[in-house]
Amino acid sequence: MFKSTFMAISAFSCLATINVANAATEVQWWHAMGGANGDRVNKIAEDFNATQSDYKVVPVYKGNYTETMTAAVAAFRAKKQPHIVQVFEVGTATMMAAKGAVYPIEQLMKDVGEEFDSSDYLPAVVSYYTSPNGKLLSMPFNSSTPVLWYNKDAFKKAGVEAVPTTWKEMEEASRKLVANGSKCGFSFGWQSWVQIENFSAWHNMPTGSKDNGFSGLDTELTFNNKTVKRHIKNLGQWQKDGLFDYGGRRGDSLPKFTNGECAMWMNSSAYYGSIKEQAKFDFGQAMLPFYSDVVSKPQNSIIGGATLWTLKGHDQDDYKGVAKFMTYLSSPEVQAWWHQETGYVPITKAAYSLSQEQGFYESNPGTDTAIKQLSLNEPTLNSSGLRYGNFVQIRDIINEELEAVWNDSKSADDAMDTAVERGNKLLRKFEKANK
Amino acid sequence: MIKRVHFNVSALPYILVAPQVAITIIFFIWPATQALYQSFLVEDAFGLSTEFVWFDNYKELMNDPYYLGAFKTTVIFSILVAGLSMGVSLILAAMADRVIKGATTYRTLLIWPYAVAPAIAGALWVFIFDPTLGIITYIFNFLGYSWNHKLNGDQAMLLVVIAAAWKQISYNFLFFLAGMQAIPKSLIEAAAIDGAGPTKRFWTIIFPLISPTTFFLLVINIVYAFFETFGIIHAVTQGGPANSTQILVYKVFNDGFVGLDLGGSAAQSVILMVIVIILTAVQFRYVEKKVAY
Repeated sequence: MFKSTFMAISAFSCLATINVANAATEVQWWHAMGGANGDRVNKIAEDFNATQSDYKVVPVYKGNYTETMTAAVAAFRAKKQPHIVQVFEVGTATMMAAKGAVYPIEQLMKDVGEEFDSSDYLPAVVSYYTSPNGKLLSMPFNSSTPVLWYNKDAFKKAGVEAVPTTWKEMEEASRKLVANGSKCGFSFGWQSWVQIENFSAWHNMPTGSKDNGFSGLDTELTFNNKTVKRHIKNLGQWQKDGLFDYGGRRGDSLPKFTNGECAMWMNSSAYYGSIKEQAKFDFGQAMLPFYSDVVSKPQNSIIGGATLWTLKGHDQDDYKGVAKFMTYLSSPEVQAWWHQETGYVPITKAAYSLSQEQGFYESNPGTDTAIKQLSLNEPTLNSSGLRYGNFVQIRDIINEELEAVWNDSKSADDAMDTAVERGNKLLRKFEKANK
Repeated sequence: MIKRVHFNVSALPYILVAPQVAITIIFFIWPATQALYQSFLVEDAFGLSTEFVWFDNYKELMNDPYYLGAFKTTVIFSILVAGLSMGVSLILAAMADRVIKGATTYRTLLIWPYAVAPAIAGALWVFIFDPTLGIITYIFNFLGYSWNHKLNGDQAMLLVVIAAAWKQISYNFLFFLAGMQAIPKSLIEAAAIDGAGPTKRFWTIIFPLISPTTFFLLVINIVYAFFETFGIIHAVTQGGPANSTQILVYKVFNDGFVGLDLGGSAAQSVILMVIVIILTAVQFRYVEKKVAY
């Protein structure tokens, strides 16, 4: 009970000790990249520090996305906030509403006189993070989109010739795989993101009113429609039939794919690095399947991942360092390297063409799936992204309701209606707190 | 006449007590007051706009079926954890009480799990029962039973109960054993001479005589299950699947630290504070009466 308050206090006291006197101005960068990606983040900071001597970027790993965001919020309340914090896409509405805390990146660049043009960035990426008056609020850093990962060896063994492009083909391929001794046909992670948010964008359907929340806090969720319900019902049935096997939230189900249990896996393109390292079979990535009787061709998928938000409350001089670092970070060389190493999409057009020139896509076929899928069509209001307050909690609600469908304790109709009802309550709460 | 002894007024006792008082105020009283105050507010995450709403946060909780669900989950979880860990440690203590050779070794081994941090204990059990990689899962699969605690709520509950109970067995074992060894040998020997076997002796002599210990442990175990199992839940299930292992403490964390709803989370922690006060009061009343036997 006291633990939570206690944790907050100890977090604050730790922060107080970080500020060590140094000749170069320090720029604190809190991020959520663990493991191999954490090493890459450190490398970016080190390389930047080596290019000049006025500023020193200090990357600090703060745990997963939620933990990092919470740490930054707690630090802000204690007036010990970092300069830069990495926040995942679902935290966007919360960050946007915190006008007194956030220093919009486009404004920051202008204030310190750093050159910046938001049209250098990919439209599918920036649209997610732009304010209603067209200003970019946070710096895109690691963006990805869900793709269909598949096991080529298992396909060959089971006689699946073509990679499924529709859900009907998904079902057929899964049946073949299971009949040939696979434990399951497919699995997926980040289920709300993949099977509801992206599913809706892919079929050009809204997930909520007010342009998915982009044009007002009085938005309401609407994803309890016929198509989504039908899809969730199918997935529930396939779980019972053994074609789909649920393996937990976030990326927890990755071993099911890399162990060879499920030959197909839907999740972020940014698992490229992990899969390459762990899979002992030939794998590929393809675009997400769709229902051909709902739309004749898919729209475009939406991004996930995170952006870098700058927080107010530091010396104006510090922000010069922040701006320089942001420019370095989005330079074509750094971005192309980051993209090729991690599987995140290149966030600038220049980084994309640099990767093409370097011949990366020819030597690694399929690695451009994510970017092709994101820019398949001009994004509509349904497929530009979403902006709901309290969305971290709403995603948890969706997780809970979906799990109830997978373990057959609730019908798909009931689960989706309840998710929308519970989610709307949180939206109203957010509206009330951010009047 | 009572002779009154007068001491010179000295600052020394106050100075000696001061650190403890300071710690209590800084780490317990002050945060508790903050939580109480926070529970009357509706605030955005960054604390930029604050509204005083009196009991709205509490009203909302009382009308939230998921909060009441978490209450039910907590009660089931606590009963299972207390029952399992006390039952197992009672058996182990009864066995160890009768061991003559190598008693210290047995005792040391049985006390080990207590030194394991909750999060580590959780991680151990997660590895053993992982639906894809776990060794027990593998054995279950071999026997034709499918284990997936990420999908099946009952299995998830069973897993967190086992992990939480396992960690508490050592503590219970120590107290039970100490209680049993405090029973005069003459009583047991007398019963043995009268022809009572080990089982009969246990139920008619040992078990009634350790009832104060049992009651004390019952309260301690319930408090443990209520408040100290956070690390295990966080490492094993994070409250899932579909809320089936969401206990009250975990919901405080989830709503406050993940969902950034500080007012609602503070209201929940105040309710928990009231529960722990009641539990402590009950315990003191009974321990004072020493439980009739």
